[in-house]
Amino acid sequence: MARYTDHLGRPVVAVTGIGVVTSLGVGKADNWNALTSGKSGIHPIVRFPVDHLNTRIAGTVDFLASSQKGASALTYELAETAAQEAVAEAGVDAGDFGGPLFLASPPMELDWSERFSLYNAGKEGSAADRLLTVARGLNSLDIFDTSQFGSIADRLADRFGTRGLPITLSTACASGATAIQLGVEAIRRGECERALSIGADGSATAEALIRFSLLSALSTHNDIPEKASKPFSKDRDGFVLAEGSAALVLESLESALARGAKVLGILRGCGEKADDFHRTRSKPDGSPAIAAVKAALDDAGLGVDGITYVNAHGTSTPENDKMEHMSLSTVFGERIRSMPISSNKSMIGHTLSAAGAIEAAFSLMTMSESVIPPTINYDNPDPAIELDVVPNTKRSAEVATVLSNSFGFGGQNTCLVMARDPV
Amino acid sequence: MSPNDVVITGIGLVSSLGEGADAHWQKLTAGRPQPVTDAERYPPYVIHPLPEIDWGLQIAKRGDQRQMETWQRLGTYTAGLALDDAGIKGDEALCATMDMVVAAGGGERDEAVDSGILAASESRSDRDVLLNEKLTTELRPTLFLAQLSNLLAGNISIVHKVTGSSRTFMGEEGAGVSAVETAAARIRSGQASHVLVGGAFQTEHPDMLLGYELGGYLHRGPWKPVWQRQGAEGGGVITGSGAAFLVLESREHAAARGRHVYAQLEAVVSGRSRRRNGDFDSSVARLIDKAAAPADRPLLAMSGASGAHTATKAEKSALDSNNSIASRGIATLTGHMKEAQFPFAVALAALAVDRKAGYPPFDEASEKPFEGIPQSVLATAVGYHYFEGMALVAAD
Repeated sequence: MARYTDHLGRPVVAVTGIGVVTSLGVGKADNWNALTSGKSGIHPIVRFPVDHLNTRIAGTVDFLASSQKGASALTYELAETAAQEAVAEAGVDAGDFGGPLFLASPPMELDWSERFSLYNAGKEGSAADRLLTVARGLNSLDIFDTSQFGSIADRLADRFGTRGLPITLSTACASGATAIQLGVEAIRRGECERALSIGADGSATAEALIRFSLLSALSTHNDIPEKASKPFSKDRDGFVLAEGSAALVLESLESALARGAKVLGILRGCGEKADDFHRTRSKPDGSPAIAAVKAALDDAGLGVDGITYVNAHGTSTPENDKMEHMSLSTVFGERIRSMPISSNKSMIGHTLSAAGAIEAAFSLMTMSESVIPPTINYDNPDPAIELDVVPNTKRSAEVATVLSNSFGFGGQNTCLVMARDPV
Repeated sequence: MSPNDVVITGIGLVSSLGEGADAHWQKLTAGRPQPVTDAERYPPYVIHPLPEIDWGLQIAKRGDQRQMETWQRLGTYTAGLALDDAGIKGDEALCATMDMVVAAGGGERDEAVDSGILAASESRSDRDVLLNEKLTTELRPTLFLAQLSNLLAGNISIVHKVTGSSRTFMGEEGAGVSAVETAAARIRSGQASHVLVGGAFQTEHPDMLLGYELGGYLHRGPWKPVWQRQGAEGGGVITGSGAAFLVLESREHAAARGRHVYAQLEAVVSGRSRRRNGDFDSSVARLIDKAAAPADRPLLAMSGASGAHTATKAEKSALDSNNSIASRGIATLTGHMKEAQFPFAVALAALAVDRKAGYPPFDEASEKPFEGIPQSVLATAVGYHYFEGMALVAAD
């Protein structure tokens, strides 16, 4: 019989439902097939004109009903679609989830299309006056809802019948991992038997692209879009902006087994450490990322030889991949050269607020399917980064444990350790 | 008494009334406290503006100050006040193990760039191309970071070296409620020993007013106390710039450092009532009962009520239906500070407990006096649109 408590006497947290949407498609099956075939979801941008833009490619999700309806509507649909799949797989009542909701989503801003329509519906005064005057005459809350930071979670809470005040969070590119961490912590505190953790990001607007471009964070390899994201390669030149979502149903192992649910994996440990060096760059010695990895291992009760595979943050920016390699080398020593480590972002791009959740979902599938998705576009290895990146083709392997890294602007570092089986 | 009780050992406050816990106590207990308002800058709206702040007192490097817009500066500054107050600022070891939960919205967009784009849109049909043209050439590259939600926490890490962990919650008043609730739960369960928690809101930007007015929530015309805006023109909310940060610690951690404890943070409860289902009034009343079991002795309540008609009416009727409660609508004097509203209410509640005195009525027509020493004080935030939370702060 499985033990219901971990090495620190806390409830073991199982995953009983997974849902995922990326530019590769809707659902676990389609995504997994594409991911293990080394297929890229990166494509030329069609959502908005690309005149004047240095980057003209992205991993946008263009095939949902809300894909052209703005960041708020698309983020909601992405979250709902993933959550629906996860809740169905978990066998939980889809309208009465019975646990809290943790949503990682992008910060909300009024879409430009709304700004234009409000402004041009006004007649006089400064731009600000016109927007405010038109705003107070609106007869509907539709635009208001897109501007409120908590409204997506509010709608999801209605849709799935989650308990209490839903938490919407942002830890930049680590948000998805933080949503999972908050769910794990709530279950460990005994506040709930299960939690719904979602990471969703449908915010690939022109302005978002321009903002990252101005920070020189994006790849400009526009000519062959599917080749642009090339983590750990010598000629990597930035990340590819992308969209997607993943949802996990987290549940105490005891509750999962008691109701006969299938256990898809174990969320064994979470670790975090903030960086105080710079707003976009990490401390040169990598100490915060190192501390986050170590904290996750400690929390999981595992030593450095306890990890089979690393699901890298691997953004394909010059800075991240170098620092991630350095941090992992420091923690794992010589062993890192022979540990498989791959980056899902080589195929799906950087899904920002959703990335940590999507990559946790793929990590869990890596273990259950005994197949490691490759790092594609690894044609020109960076000689300074000696890693087994599972180059270009998937690999069959027994994977018992995964470390999944998420590092973000603002010094956010969050790492998750997942295991295939309960101890 | 348990070693993992949650105690408040640091308070940082900034509002139109001034800065610091002591300045707020003085202003709020001085006879008839008066609001600081500005009706000129954003007519027909009144706001409560920021006071003069010498940013360098808490953000030493000018380079750091330049990397932030006012909202982030305000939050980072106020976090510094709280850390100072708790004797943690500058203590490398304590800061490196300190957890942080920040309630944040977004920062200030570049008003000039946006206005230019909107003006040009009048004569252009290819607005998407116009956007690319203008944004690629006119946006300041680092502005994105200065307005990004999680970068308030990021700046607190950089300036004050708080690096144990960093989490940013979003979602208007509810974010402030969840931040305090999560921080307290982590301490109580032994997941954290000391946590910096709080939020900031800077209303002096048209987009910040727009965030309310798209839902018709702003009060128009002359200033009125928060309880007296029903039936007045507009939606009832008068906003204010301000910030509140708290240092929460386990009793054991605070005692080991020999720190002064303002108050103990007892129950923190939250909810999401289905307001349109007609259950709103009773769910607010239930939340009050959950936070503060009905007692015979008078209970002071620091209410975060926004002024928004439906929410404020529901809260007022729930508070008034309990004879032992004497409420103080803090927004009367500070304006509504959105994400910072709940932490602010908790801070004022803790101050009253610590100073062993209540506040005089902020609105004599609507609030009754409170005599005696408050043993425990309720803090509330019923969101102007959604989400509710309450906390009970008690003498230690």
